[in-house]
Amino acid sequence: MISSTQRETLRINDLHVSVGDREILRGVNLTFHRGETHALMGPNGSGKSTLGYAIMGHPGYDVTRGSIELVTAEGQSLNVLEMEPNERARVGIFLAFQRPMSIPGVKMADFLRHATTNVRRPDRKEGEELLPMRDFRKELKAKMEQLRMDPEFARRYVNDGFSGGEMKRAEILQMAMLRPKFAILDETDSGLDVDAVRLASQSIAEIGGAEMGILIITHHDKLLEHNRPDFTHVMLGGRIVETGGPELAEELHRSGYDRIRSQYPDAAADEAAMRQEKHVEPAAG
Amino acid sequence: MPSIATSTGFTQDSFDAFLAARDEPSWLLEQRRESWAEFQRLGLPSRSEEEWMRTDLRLFHLDRFALPGELPAGTVAPPALLSHGVDLAGHDVSINSRPVTSALDPSLAAQGVVFGSLDRLIAQRADVLRPYLSRRLINPSADKFAALHAAAWSGGSVLYVPRGVVVDRPLHVLSGLSAGGIDLGKTLIILEEGAEATLLSETAGGEGDPALHCGAIEIFVGPGAKLRYVNLQNWGSGVWHFAHQKALVDRDGRLQWTIGALGSRLAQVNQHVALTGIGAEAQVNGVMFTEGKQQLTYNTLQHHQAERCRSDLLYKGALQDRSRVVWRGMIKVDKGAQKTDGYQRNDNLMLSEHARADSIPGLEIEADDVRCTHGATAGRVDDEQIFYARCRGLTRKEAIRMIVAGFFQQVFDRITIDSVRDALGDAIGRRIREYD
Repeated sequence: MISSTQRETLRINDLHVSVGDREILRGVNLTFHRGETHALMGPNGSGKSTLGYAIMGHPGYDVTRGSIELVTAEGQSLNVLEMEPNERARVGIFLAFQRPMSIPGVKMADFLRHATTNVRRPDRKEGEELLPMRDFRKELKAKMEQLRMDPEFARRYVNDGFSGGEMKRAEILQMAMLRPKFAILDETDSGLDVDAVRLASQSIAEIGGAEMGILIITHHDKLLEHNRPDFTHVMLGGRIVETGGPELAEELHRSGYDRIRSQYPDAAADEAAMRQEKHVEPAAG
Repeated sequence: MPSIATSTGFTQDSFDAFLAARDEPSWLLEQRRESWAEFQRLGLPSRSEEEWMRTDLRLFHLDRFALPGELPAGTVAPPALLSHGVDLAGHDVSINSRPVTSALDPSLAAQGVVFGSLDRLIAQRADVLRPYLSRRLINPSADKFAALHAAAWSGGSVLYVPRGVVVDRPLHVLSGLSAGGIDLGKTLIILEEGAEATLLSETAGGEGDPALHCGAIEIFVGPGAKLRYVNLQNWGSGVWHFAHQKALVDRDGRLQWTIGALGSRLAQVNQHVALTGIGAEAQVNGVMFTEGKQQLTYNTLQHHQAERCRSDLLYKGALQDRSRVVWRGMIKVDKGAQKTDGYQRNDNLMLSEHARADSIPGLEIEADDVRCTHGATAGRVDDEQIFYARCRGLTRKEAIRMIVAGFFQQVFDRITIDSVRDALGDAIGRRIREYD
């Protein structure tokens, strides 16, 4: 039997991104399919977080060249760069923030009910009914149990006064509720102790499973423990210089980026230049 | 027979005609005449006076208004926000300083509760009302508007709850204005010792042509009495709103006073809470949302006159467009008011770079064993917060609306009446526009 459905794909092609006058991404190519797990590694300042923001459409990040395309199960190609951030969320793209914002006074459950409704009913107009409270609560409760979260969490204000670990788990909870097709997890392990990273890693695996295409941005291999990457990408100087399998992540974790820098001198030079600019920036204002 | 005012301005003839039509006792007429003399003597407040320094009256023309006349036929009350879905014990409606309808649960009337139009009840229940009206809680010489109100107050509402009586359902008051109208309504609330009540009052109407509200609220909370009072100013965009508001809270009395300020073109309000008996407590909540070129000025005073009293004021405002809000807050502690616990705070959220908020807290303390604190903040909606919410599928407008709702949550948490929280929350949500 011939299946008419396509593999849902997020394809990033020759992406150049600037913040102000600084070019941070200098031609990123990356394709990932739903059901795959990718690890994105690279030294600090190589542009990993920028890629996450650019995929979501942060207004401070200007895409100066290249494309981001989402291929649906029906084979339709969507131009992600033309979408508002909320539209990107609605077509199934999710970013777990490295530093999530707090929204004091807004309960996690209310925020998530709104978010979940919008994402699941992409045609919903503003002001229309939200998901039925009872169904939503039930689902939220089940997901929180699965993630071993205190039910009190739902009544707390969004990320307000959360510990680092709580924030990261709240991001995973949101991912679980929104059920994206493609999730980018930006250093979901940063600031967490070993046990918390292990828990996060396990949760991502449980939630994501084969359902999502996951791009894990990380420095360490701990988060990959339960999410063995199908592909590992190395970013240096604003581009992806090498792609390999899980063994590449292990190598980088063990030996660092020296081999990468010497093997890709152009990217390493860009990295050094970007580092220089970065040091100048605070003094400039 | 009174006729519809055809001339404008506040002339002696029009005042004489106003008094002649009212059929009031001589002590009250005397009060009015005295205040009329003050009104004639006083000029409009000038910007050299501290409380009026930031209030721009250049486009206000008092002589375009006249004393309240008869209601034009067919005038209908504007819609109310606070009474929606509430099981009320009574209601009172007035428009342009004229009583329209009122009702009170007969079982409460049988217990001696007096509620309804002050105009109508002053004649019938002068026995209970005279001692309070004679106190002249608002000084008629405070400014020209206070004098005008004292001379010509009309319409308005009264709630009197006798000793020990508990009114367990809310009462509702609506004061309306038609375009170009005038409202000189007074709200008089009296809770005798141990009485309890909840009063929801709101103002509405007055869109378009300049309209004038020159009002007063006078509140007496007796020993051990408990009053929850909500006062929503939701006038239309044509209304100039001038008001003096004062509450006395006696020994162990409890006052929760929530003000909502959404409407009017310009508002200048003096809100004064005096804690006069040992152990009295007042909680003052303010929710403000302004837009367009609205200008709101609130001068608040928490006056501690007795020992061991507590006052806690929290005003929160969100400002859109080119609107402006001024809050000048004072906690005054008299020499004998030891063990005072006073707090005041004003937080503003700026939704536009052209909006402006001024917070001017102040303390004047003569006792030596007190705890008084104050604070003020002004902030903007953070673009990163908006982006975060949008990444979760919310539109920009939904995100801003949610962030603003969150900003008000702290004060909503203090307002224990669901219908009030919902009404304020919805009204604010509807007003929020999209910003770049």
